[in-house]
Amino acid sequence: MDHISPVIWQFLVKWLTDFAVIPPEASKIAPQVDALLVFMTLVSLVGLTLVALLVTTFSILYRRERNPVATQIEGSTLLEATWTIIPLGLFLVMFVWGSVLYFRIYTPPPNAMNIYVVGKQWMWKAEHPGGQHEINSLHVPIGQPVQLTLISQDVFHSFSLPAFRVKREAIPGRYTTVWFEATEVGTYHLFCSQYCGTSHSAMIGNVVVMTPDDYKKWLESSTSGVSLAQNGERLFASLSCTACHNGRPDARGPSLANVYGSKLTLSNGEHVQVDDEYLRQAILNPSAHITQGYAPIMPTYQGQISEEGIFSLVEYIKGLDSNYRIQQTTNTTSFSPAVTAKSAAEGTVKP
Amino acid sequence: MDSHAIALNHAEEPHHDHPAHLRHHFVSLEQQNETVSFGMWLFLLTEVMFFGGMFTAYLIYRNWYYPAFVAGSHTLSIVLGTVNTGVLITSSFTMAMGVWCAETKRQKGLIVSLVLTLILGFAFLGIKAVEYQEKFELHHVPGAHFDAMSFVHPKAEAGQPAEPGLPLDMARKTEVYFSLYFAMTGMHALHMIIGMALLSFMIVKAARGGYSHGNIAFVENFGLYWHFVDIVWIFLFPLLYLISRHQ
Amino acid sequence: MSTILSLPDQSTARIPKRNYLTNENGILSWLLTGDHKRIAILYLISITFFFFIGGALAGLIRLELLTPQSDLMATDTYNKVFSMHGIIMVFLFLVPSVPATLGNFLIPIMVGAKDLAFPKINLLSWYLYLAGGGLTLWAMITGGVDTGWTFTTPLSTHYVNTNVVTTGLAIFIAGFSSIFTGLNFIVTIHRMRAPGMTWFKMPLFVWSHYAASILMVLGTPVLAITLVLVVLERTIGIGIFDPAKGGDPILFQHLFWFYSHPAVYIMILPGMGVISEVISTFARKRVFGYSAVAFSSVAIAVFGFFVWEHHMFIMGVSNYSTLVFSLLTMLVAVPSAIKIFNWAFTLYKGSITFETPMLYAFGFMGLFTIGGLTGVFLGSSGTDIHLTETYFIVAHFHFVMVGGMLMAFLSGIHFWWPKMTGRMYPEKVSQLAAVITFIGFNFTFFPQFLLGMLGMPRRYAAYPPEFQVLNVFSTAGASILGVGYLLPMIYLVWSLKYGKIAGDNPWQATGLEWQIQSPPLTQNFIEIPVVTQDAYDYEWLERQKEHEVTQLG
Repeated sequence: MDHISPVIWQFLVKWLTDFAVIPPEASKIAPQVDALLVFMTLVSLVGLTLVALLVTTFSILYRRERNPVATQIEGSTLLEATWTIIPLGLFLVMFVWGSVLYFRIYTPPPNAMNIYVVGKQWMWKAEHPGGQHEINSLHVPIGQPVQLTLISQDVFHSFSLPAFRVKREAIPGRYTTVWFEATEVGTYHLFCSQYCGTSHSAMIGNVVVMTPDDYKKWLESSTSGVSLAQNGERLFASLSCTACHNGRPDARGPSLANVYGSKLTLSNGEHVQVDDEYLRQAILNPSAHITQGYAPIMPTYQGQISEEGIFSLVEYIKGLDSNYRIQQTTNTTSFSPAVTAKSAAEGTVKP
Repeated sequence: MDSHAIALNHAEEPHHDHPAHLRHHFVSLEQQNETVSFGMWLFLLTEVMFFGGMFTAYLIYRNWYYPAFVAGSHTLSIVLGTVNTGVLITSSFTMAMGVWCAETKRQKGLIVSLVLTLILGFAFLGIKAVEYQEKFELHHVPGAHFDAMSFVHPKAEAGQPAEPGLPLDMARKTEVYFSLYFAMTGMHALHMIIGMALLSFMIVKAARGGYSHGNIAFVENFGLYWHFVDIVWIFLFPLLYLISRHQ
Repeated sequence: MSTILSLPDQSTARIPKRNYLTNENGILSWLLTGDHKRIAILYLISITFFFFIGGALAGLIRLELLTPQSDLMATDTYNKVFSMHGIIMVFLFLVPSVPATLGNFLIPIMVGAKDLAFPKINLLSWYLYLAGGGLTLWAMITGGVDTGWTFTTPLSTHYVNTNVVTTGLAIFIAGFSSIFTGLNFIVTIHRMRAPGMTWFKMPLFVWSHYAASILMVLGTPVLAITLVLVVLERTIGIGIFDPAKGGDPILFQHLFWFYSHPAVYIMILPGMGVISEVISTFARKRVFGYSAVAFSSVAIAVFGFFVWEHHMFIMGVSNYSTLVFSLLTMLVAVPSAIKIFNWAFTLYKGSITFETPMLYAFGFMGLFTIGGLTGVFLGSSGTDIHLTETYFIVAHFHFVMVGGMLMAFLSGIHFWWPKMTGRMYPEKVSQLAAVITFIGFNFTFFPQFLLGMLGMPRRYAAYPPEFQVLNVFSTAGASILGVGYLLPMIYLVWSLKYGKIAGDNPWQATGLEWQIQSPPLTQNFIEIPVVTQDAYDYEWLERQKEHEVTQLG
């Protein structure tokens, strides 16, 4: 094999030894998706073979040399019905199977831990509830459902984790979610798969899947000291949310304790389930989200809080089960200036 | 080939004295006219789809930002809008008269109708320009100069109490309303301008007697176009001007 | 190998003195022509020009992807190159390819008319095409555009500073050219059929163009208004798609794909029409289940309008709407399956020969089957999540568009070349080209399925090194494919002067276009035919020949 350049040779050998047609299966859903992929591939192969066989067989049997005169045939309703109904049936099986998977991938279990992800040109910023910030990487524990709440602060991005077989678009102006449960320790690709401008192909990173112990250690070693909810609490105070949302009987805004997950009736008679997206909209576009019985007096915070700041507020409100601390804060007449300054740096938009 | 077709045509439709306008690839005038008007209707269908995209957007945003749409709509002058509707319907009438004159070979009537239609078209665009001008002065044109504050603190107009102000977040959504307002009326106006260019062309041709020999397919089909533009406005007027006017 | 080719005696045969090519002379007689055949030739020249520009850009893309780093060009140059490749290939090649050339040339003849209903509008559509194409080139020369052919907002409206407005207007204008072509076809098919030419006597080529025309006429205006809104948003800053102003970028996706999904059927349906003609001719047999094939074209057109959301399954649309659109996507796959099997069974008990058009048609059937079946992978929402936005998508639509449509286009060009020019292309070298194209194509695009399965995202200028080998395969294949496309270009031009005289009906085919002289007269028919025979009625053709013989005898 001297006539093959050694570089190419090594190249091929390396590729053949690592040959794979699918990425590693590193999440709970991955084998399920792969099962459907295998099924579809088999059906496709059978279909393709069938077509190829028909064409070659007929081409050989009925070539002009063997069959100089064609027999004219109009068609056959029976045959045509066959190849209408069988593909239709197969496609419907794939439809049902695929839809089951789709609902599974996009319906997070209630016990999932939440990580917030902001996409921007050209990086991924992950915010862990414990206050860990990451850029272009994501650390997750094994065996624990993880829900990602995604948003983009500029253009469309797409959070793609091939090893987990999940992907979700990060869209400006609204939250999207996806979840997975990692099953294999390791480091896997994280791609932005929606074209997002000049450095689209540099918007890549790693997902690091760790054992629960390692994950705990990582959490401790990389925390910024202020959890997301704590940061949210500071923002809540510095943006003067406490002035109205304090749970007092004469409060001008509704109490936010235990509001997350509850059903609200709005002033226009609509009923809504309070989730992350609702909270975000209520902060940015309050007048369209007035709880019944309250006046539309809340100002909009659009342009004043960054997406990370909104994440902090959402995380804070999620965990809010009493108004005790809010009332404590409003009772003291002055805040510590240091805290206010810090919270401004953490979550508000710098001028 | 052509002479054969023409001869055939003579035999069938003797009232067409000069079928010189029968184009060579049609068998008969009847086929030609049917074909042309079918093509026109199909073209109008594409126009429906063209405006349909904007109507879809309108439908969605009106549902989302209803208060902003109400507030935006109330800044439009219902008087000017109504006058313009009247102007356009009248122009449709004069256009229909034009088609009738062409069919009955009244050359003078045709020219007068077309000129009237053209004048009414100018009147419509003139009124529209006045409205645009006002929006420009109020900073209601979307873009860098847009200012939503006049919806947060509305001024009282002469003789009328001020409308209640919108919260800032909803007031900002009036920009979406005005985006649609300008996109929809702008596209409509563009169709008017194209129509008026064709009208001018037809007036010149009619003055030279171009429609006096039965070749009036162009006038008829232009009439369809003009009525279509009119109908678009009949939809735009209530959707943009008359939101929640009963309050 | 036997052949059905029957050429006149070359020593005595002449190209008819009077035909549409020689009818008038001078460049103006071409530029101001109303003749659908001449306009088809004008279109053929211009789309070939744009095809080779788009192809050169594809070559640059493949060269850059030879290595994992972005070393041949900077990433933003790469982005401009793939954007331009997409825009040129989709709007300036694939959409007009078969309809504007073969469709323009053949539809009036096939229905027995002297011209399309609106010859001037037909010419106008070519000028609009040129204006759109020229503007696109202008945008490319003056700095390019880097939004991808999909113009995703808010990237296209607020975050790039390249020639989005120029390109948007270019596509807007080219879109009208497509609308006018479609409109002309529909009106012609409805109103200009020859006496006796009922709907179910029309060739399937006409049926599939009818279906594609419906999509052009109803879909393209929506794209037009969407682009207008994008341009307005970029120039004066209206807020319809801008999330910062309360607009919704998802609405852009809906409107864009409302056109751009049907657009893939605009691209593939005319190709299917070509395949029906070619397979029937070279199997000497009527198409198996004529009405099923005809109706499946219409079914594709109708269902094609209601599947656009499958481009948005991962974009945060409601899970339940995904359910509906995924189901409809599965339904639209069925008519394509019906067609494939009907074509296969057309061969059954036929008398088959293997000239170049037939080889391309076989290529089409194989590649389109793969392209179609992989489409089901993407239509099934659960697997779409993993595969979308990766090279799997790229491979899928290249199998359908290039493996399907381009194969069909080349098949049709070879098939009707004798009719258009009066001369034959050289058979042996063209068979070689067909085989090279098939091999090169599979080499280029099959590795991309694997890349996609592995998760390599599309539109990446640089990629992780483990994907390199498959990319090298793909680039190697692309160079073979390039040869496969250059060959026809060369020998077809050669054949214009040196090709054998074809005679009226070299393939012994049944279509009306084969019963007139090649190249045809400007008015197509000396006398408008009265149609009594079905489409693909080979017995009728035999009787005609016998009749002629007895008359001459």
